[in-house]
Amino acid sequence: MKKMLLISGLFLLLLACSSQPETKKETTETTPATATTSADDKRGIGKFTNVEVGKTLDAKMAEMGTKVYEVKCSSCHKLTDEKLVGPGWKDVTQRRSAEWVMNFATNTEEMLEKDVNAQAMLELCLVRMPNQSLTDDDARHIYEFMRKNDGVK
Amino acid sequence: MKLMNLLFASAIFAGSISVFSGCKPKSAGSAVSGDAAIKAFVPPGKYDEYYNFVSGGFSGQMSVYGLPSGRLFRVIPVFSVDPEKGYGYSEESKPMLNTSHGFIPWDDLHHTEMSQTNGEIDGRWVFGNANNTPRVARIDLKTFRTAEIIELPNSAGNHSSPFITMNTEYVVAGTRFSVPIGANLDVPISTYKQNFKGTISFISVDTAGAMKIAFQLLLPGVNFDLSHAGKGPSHGWFFFSCYNSEQANTLLEVNASQRDKDFILAVNWKKAEEYLKAGKGIKQQVKYAHNKYNENSHTATSEILNEVTVLDPTILKDICYFIPCPKSPHGCDVDPEGEYIVGSGKLAALIPVFSFTKIQKAIADKAYDGEFGGIPVIKYEAALYGEVKKPGLGPLHTEFDGKGNAYTSFFVTSELVKWNIKDLKVLDRAHTYYSVGHLCIPGGDSRKPSPKYVIAYNKITKDRYLPTGPELAQSAQIFDISGDKMQLINDFPTIGEPHYAQAASAELIMKNSQKIYRIEDNTNPYVSKGEKETKVVREGNKVHVYATAIRSHFAPDNIEGVKIGDEVYFHVTNLEQDWDVPHGFAVKGAANAELLIMPGETQTLKWVPDRVGVFPMYCTDFCSALHQEMQGYIRVSPAGSNVPLTFSVGKTNAPTTETAPSAQK
Repeated sequence: MKKMLLISGLFLLLLACSSQPETKKETTETTPATATTSADDKRGIGKFTNVEVGKTLDAKMAEMGTKVYEVKCSSCHKLTDEKLVGPGWKDVTQRRSAEWVMNFATNTEEMLEKDVNAQAMLELCLVRMPNQSLTDDDARHIYEFMRKNDGVK
Repeated sequence: MKLMNLLFASAIFAGSISVFSGCKPKSAGSAVSGDAAIKAFVPPGKYDEYYNFVSGGFSGQMSVYGLPSGRLFRVIPVFSVDPEKGYGYSEESKPMLNTSHGFIPWDDLHHTEMSQTNGEIDGRWVFGNANNTPRVARIDLKTFRTAEIIELPNSAGNHSSPFITMNTEYVVAGTRFSVPIGANLDVPISTYKQNFKGTISFISVDTAGAMKIAFQLLLPGVNFDLSHAGKGPSHGWFFFSCYNSEQANTLLEVNASQRDKDFILAVNWKKAEEYLKAGKGIKQQVKYAHNKYNENSHTATSEILNEVTVLDPTILKDICYFIPCPKSPHGCDVDPEGEYIVGSGKLAALIPVFSFTKIQKAIADKAYDGEFGGIPVIKYEAALYGEVKKPGLGPLHTEFDGKGNAYTSFFVTSELVKWNIKDLKVLDRAHTYYSVGHLCIPGGDSRKPSPKYVIAYNKITKDRYLPTGPELAQSAQIFDISGDKMQLINDFPTIGEPHYAQAASAELIMKNSQKIYRIEDNTNPYVSKGEKETKVVREGNKVHVYATAIRSHFAPDNIEGVKIGDEVYFHVTNLEQDWDVPHGFAVKGAANAELLIMPGETQTLKWVPDRVGVFPMYCTDFCSALHQEMQGYIRVSPAGSNVPLTFSVGKTNAPTTETAPSAQK
């Protein structure tokens, strides 16, 4: 049946008929993903569901996070509350959970497609955050660097 | 259902007849028929089954198509500059086109050959040959970029190339033009017979792909044309067609078509290796370029080398043997079993098939018919397995389906002919539009063909496409060969003149395709790993701008203090680490070019400002909703000006009393 529909579609195409095909062609089996509300708003969507964060700063991790920040993030994110391309990072650790930050950094496309908070930010910034190919460790180090920026000692 | 199908199919058939009525098919059977549209149709969002690597002919490039759709995916710049990709324009890529003659911006790429392991296409590399200024290139199929180019000394017209041995031990390069070689190069052209020599180079390829001229064979003056390696039992041998055994140096059209037979040269390269090891080679002082592209620094280097080792088969008697082959042979193709060698005489009306077993016996029995230029000539009948009688006129090239059949192109009669290798009987023929040259079956010259399609690369397009003035698109045609009969299912235009092509299954190639250059691995000396490292440095009259690009701004984007007389080098690093986000870079008045920079890559544009003023620069490749905002300025002051060198992003360089106009887009 599918084959027949395809043939008839082509047939119409070849003869350049002015009339619209009556049967709607359905060739793709996937439906586009829509924003889900079931996603965990606090943690975002991705592999990080429970990140352990210490009471005090892990200075070593924060230091490694600084390096990642300078190469891959600093073009768009300032450390103040000033928005550049993306939002400034001041107090981001109070607005977002470690899981949400790390999921967004490593699972950028899906978050932009499904996560309501990420989508809200996109509406503000209008530039899709690039996936910067951060490793899981890079993402964790970035979060620790954010904590340092927010005054955690 | 069946009836419906039939009805629709016949309707398509009728429709296509009317659509294609301009092409005057020689018979109704040569028009597109039946279910051709479905066979060639790849629905939106679906992938093709095969990659097709097609020579770009006189464009000097290699193009990549999908089969069976015929959609063009990429033009890989190889032997010519390419403004779309910055190849040959960026400072990093310029050395790739260096030769012993200097920088050459345009050459002629004839044949493609994919690397093999154990006689099967392995998907690592594809090679291409430069016909004019003789070179061989290796393209890395992880990046679809030219990774290495080696020039060939003692060569002119590198046509018989870049065919490979069963495990990619060697890529060969045989000269189309014989030329004077050695100490005395300034000789009368009419002394061809005394002074002109042909050479065949064996370029070794190591496991990482690195090429090196292992040795060259010094041969009598003829025109070497095409070649293919032995495989299976004939592994260790290589076969080269040659014409102009008349040794004419003028009006070859007539003068090189005098003899009834020219030759196929059989080369025992394992024997040549032994002589090389035994020190029988002669070191010769020459000059040739060897260019390599470093994937981490994104920078090419060119080295001039000065020596090759030459073996002389007229002295080392058991390396080379000539086999007579009728009427100016062109294609020289070896079947998947490695037993049959098909020679295709351009002016012949039959196809000779030679037997490797018989060749070996003929050599053992010394069944020779004298010598040519000091090389023994095997008796025709002693090497011949049989002839395909009356196959058509002007056979050129043969590919194999691995099911015992061969497909040969016929230029003069514009057709493909399928024939059985064992009984030499013609099984089917199909018209091509028009004057077919090379053919390609995926893996069709390997031990494991994938016999689903044969693609014909035609020399004349004429009325196949909408006309575009005197210069028309080149043409390829896809035939379904899964059944007994060949069925034309698709036409697609190609770039340049498509000579040889290779095809491999999509999954073999796509799984290795690289997405980005890791910024961590970037070793370009001018990289900026993050905006913190951006700067502008003056060294005498050279100004180096270390810049970054990310959606959607450059850093720095305001630069002042450049003066007339300066050379400005923009070293732009793309900080993106996401697939498919290149940035472009252009600055007004750049006499050289623009840049296109892949994620994680650094590329350099040289800019010599020729007048005072403020010059815009911007991103040329649409990158985000704010792409149009990705821009900046560079100020050029008169020579001797004392404007200090400053640079910034996101702030003004100096206080100004002028009121800024309100931002408007």
